[in-house]
Amino acid sequence: MEKETCNFSYCEKPEIVEIETDILIVGGGMSACGAAFEAVRWNQAAGDKFKITLVDKAAMDRSGAVAMGLSAINTYMGKNDPEDYVRYVRSDLMGIIREDLVYDLGRVVDDSVWLFEKWGLPIWKKEDGHSVDGATAEGTLKGGATPVNSGRWQIMINGESYKVIVAEAAKAALGMDNIYERIFIVKYLLDDAVENRIAGAVGFSVRENKVYIFKCNTLLSGCGGAVNVFRPRSSQEGQGRAWYPVWNSGSGYATGIQVGAELTLMENRFVPARFKDGYGPVGAWFLFFKAKATNAAGEDYCTGENFDDAVKKYGAYAEKLGTCMRNHMMMMDMKAGKGPIYIHTDKAMAELAKTMDKKQMKHLEAEAWEDFLDMCIGQAGVWAGNDIEPDLKPSEIMPTEPYLLGSHAGCAGFWCSGPDDLSSPDHYKWGYNRMSTVTGLFMMGDICGASGHKFSSGSHAEGRVVGKEAIRFCGDNADFKPTINQNADELAGEIYLPFEVYEKYKTYSTAPEVSPHYIKPKMLQARLQKIADEYFGGVSTWYMTSKTMLEAGLAQLTMLKEDAGLTGAADLHELLRAWENYHRIWSIEAHAKHILFREESRYPGYYYRGDHDFIDDENWRCFVNSKYDPKTGEWPVFKKDYVQMVSD
Amino acid sequence: MPSFVIAEKCDGCKAQDKTACQYICPNDLMALDRDLMKAYNQEPEQCWECYNCVKICPTQAIEVRGYADFVPLGGNVIPLRGSDSIMWTVKFRNGKLKRFKFPIRTTPEGSVDPFDGIPEADMSKIKDQGLCTHQGEGKEMPKI
Ligand SMILES: Cc1cc2nc3c(=O)[nH]c(=O)nc-3n(C[C@H](O)[C@H](O)[C@H](O)COP(=O)(O)OP(=O)(O)OC[C@H]3O[C@@H](n4cnc5c(N)ncnc54)[C@H](O)[C@@H]3O)c2cc1C
Ligand code: SF4
Ligand code: SF4
Repeated sequence: MEKETCNFSYCEKPEIVEIETDILIVGGGMSACGAAFEAVRWNQAAGDKFKITLVDKAAMDRSGAVAMGLSAINTYMGKNDPEDYVRYVRSDLMGIIREDLVYDLGRVVDDSVWLFEKWGLPIWKKEDGHSVDGATAEGTLKGGATPVNSGRWQIMINGESYKVIVAEAAKAALGMDNIYERIFIVKYLLDDAVENRIAGAVGFSVRENKVYIFKCNTLLSGCGGAVNVFRPRSSQEGQGRAWYPVWNSGSGYATGIQVGAELTLMENRFVPARFKDGYGPVGAWFLFFKAKATNAAGEDYCTGENFDDAVKKYGAYAEKLGTCMRNHMMMMDMKAGKGPIYIHTDKAMAELAKTMDKKQMKHLEAEAWEDFLDMCIGQAGVWAGNDIEPDLKPSEIMPTEPYLLGSHAGCAGFWCSGPDDLSSPDHYKWGYNRMSTVTGLFMMGDICGASGHKFSSGSHAEGRVVGKEAIRFCGDNADFKPTINQNADELAGEIYLPFEVYEKYKTYSTAPEVSPHYIKPKMLQARLQKIADEYFGGVSTWYMTSKTMLEAGLAQLTMLKEDAGLTGAADLHELLRAWENYHRIWSIEAHAKHILFREESRYPGYYYRGDHDFIDDENWRCFVNSKYDPKTGEWPVFKKDYVQMVSD
Repeated sequence: MPSFVIAEKCDGCKAQDKTACQYICPNDLMALDRDLMKAYNQEPEQCWECYNCVKICPTQAIEVRGYADFVPLGGNVIPLRGSDSIMWTVKFRNGKLKRFKFPIRTTPEGSVDPFDGIPEADMSKIKDQGLCTHQGEGKEMPKI
């Protein structure tokens, strides 16, 4: 196919806005809010020397994964030792993590939780053995009050306004003049004079015909993981109800990859087992209400033959029953026709009722519903529509389609420098904490790799670490002047290409939806999802893939990427979708390349290499890293040594 | 549909340049039909049912109809978000109702002063580990 270019012969030329700043924060989610808070504080100490700017594709009040709210903060140390936190994360992520990063997070995370509480987030407390909601309870966590733990690291909150509160603090710290909402960042820009050095970012307004060029000294990237890269289980209306928020479209990965930042563990993915279809959270039901999950015959699927078989294949990892291993055993039963798999909410409630009076039971029922209403309202709708009352009827659970992320129970992301004060090996630290392999480009939250289980609090805290380092970096590199080798018109032309293509050809056929000259963003997404699902181990193959399948899929992806240059967009909303899908393609390409390289099945229950269906610690207890070369287009994949820092 | 706008109730946010639902939707779904001056969800299959548009609409014109590919008709879940708490009404397909009320914040909206009570950061310590609050309180960072 011939390539198309845009010199505004057909579509309108946008206004170009150029902004110079010292620090550019991309994203407005948990990590970005943390970065804004901390950077502003250190900047005050530096005499307000640096200009700090934040850009978000949505409205910060309700952007990112916490947009709807949450019902728990999943990373809170309390009296726990951060070394134990490292042990827990390592075990859940199948033995390979960056222990320096995880430890570093564990030692600072509680401080973010204390700030949230101070700013107004209601956190449940334990009083006289009972849970009390966060608005009624006395005292603060920092002052010694006891939280209500739903697990060792998880504490319950009344979190409907969690993001609103955290954003309010970040916005107040930064000032609205320094915040650009509804700007979608398309790509990062490397410096023209200094090799491997970040210099800026370019994006467009989703509201008016404007292209924004940001030039910066340092860039803090926190724009989330990738959803809807695999074909979702619900392919019509319900495809919006992905577990991971539909608006985190892989920008975090694609932007960093394209400027040559090194990736790590991109083979990892997350496939949560959730309430079927509504994808409501099960954590509180398992941990807090002590509900059990079984197959249709009432049998625990993590025992007996399933368990023995898993141990045979995956050794000691299976015995630890981490998140992916439980998925694996659940699917063994599903494949054997022993489903549906049920979570017995009714039995759990009945058990709890034995020790409670009527009033306490009513409170408990409200707590159970709040778990959904705070963070997955659609699931409450599924219950209401199906006449399911959790105290009367069990519910089905099922593994979702795969997602790519690095702050929940996944660890796909960039290879970042760790702190310099820990007993970490040299290849874990090369300067500023959380800086990627591109000078001046920092990664946080979902895209800082090999360090999952940060969750909301940890992402905020990691953002803060990055915010502080950014001030240090700017101070050390104060004389840097970014130079960009593309002029403004070229950049605008690149971004508006889908408009140009559409305007040029839209009258060729009588129905503009179908044209031989372009593909609409929706169809591009459908094709991507089909490739990923069928070749890279999505739900239709029960997460199974292999060398031959991956290679065939990657060949398809090459053509899809070319065709992405022929996307046609009719309006700004479609332009947004066009670029989101382009970012999805890069994210999934990285994922497939990494799975192809790792010749074992490190994460059974998340994906399987049918040609290497075992765990091979001798050869593969290591990181798989890769690095795209923006000059040559080559994308080598290679091993990096894993080093254990915390004893078993 | 997921979110949908009840025609009779929507007043297009009185023709202001930015409607509330458009402003808040994290996925850029709500659009305004300028002829009718009424909002609509332009891409229902990309709706996360996050309810942010529902909660923010000043005329309570937005509701959610469960995803047609897996939710039977008849149930609904409706919030009423106040300044310190939220009320939920859950209506089941069989007509049964449940109501819940949860706190949402303990401070007045807009009152957060992020650095209130936090000691100033000390630039001479920027290379040390620990965040502004840790350093301000003289906390030592543990190590491995
Ligand atoms: C369904 C779900 C449930 C969860 N439950 C819990 C829980 O109970 N407890 C808990 O502690 N944690 C929970 N988490 C984890 C928590 O939400 C994440 O760890 C955290 O939000 C990650 O922070 P982040 O900054 O990396 O990304 P996000 O908070 O998702 O922010 C990403 C930001 O990037 C912006 N963005 C994306 N692309 C672009 C672009 N191209 N240009 C500009 N801006 C862009 C987005 O608008 C958004 O502001 C949950 C996560 C999910 C998905
Ligand atoms: S917020 Fe409500 S009243 Fe305003 S435009 Fe949207 S639906 Fe209509
Ligand atoms: S429910 Fe959420 S995703 Fe759906 S239209 Fe409303 S704000 Fe947007």
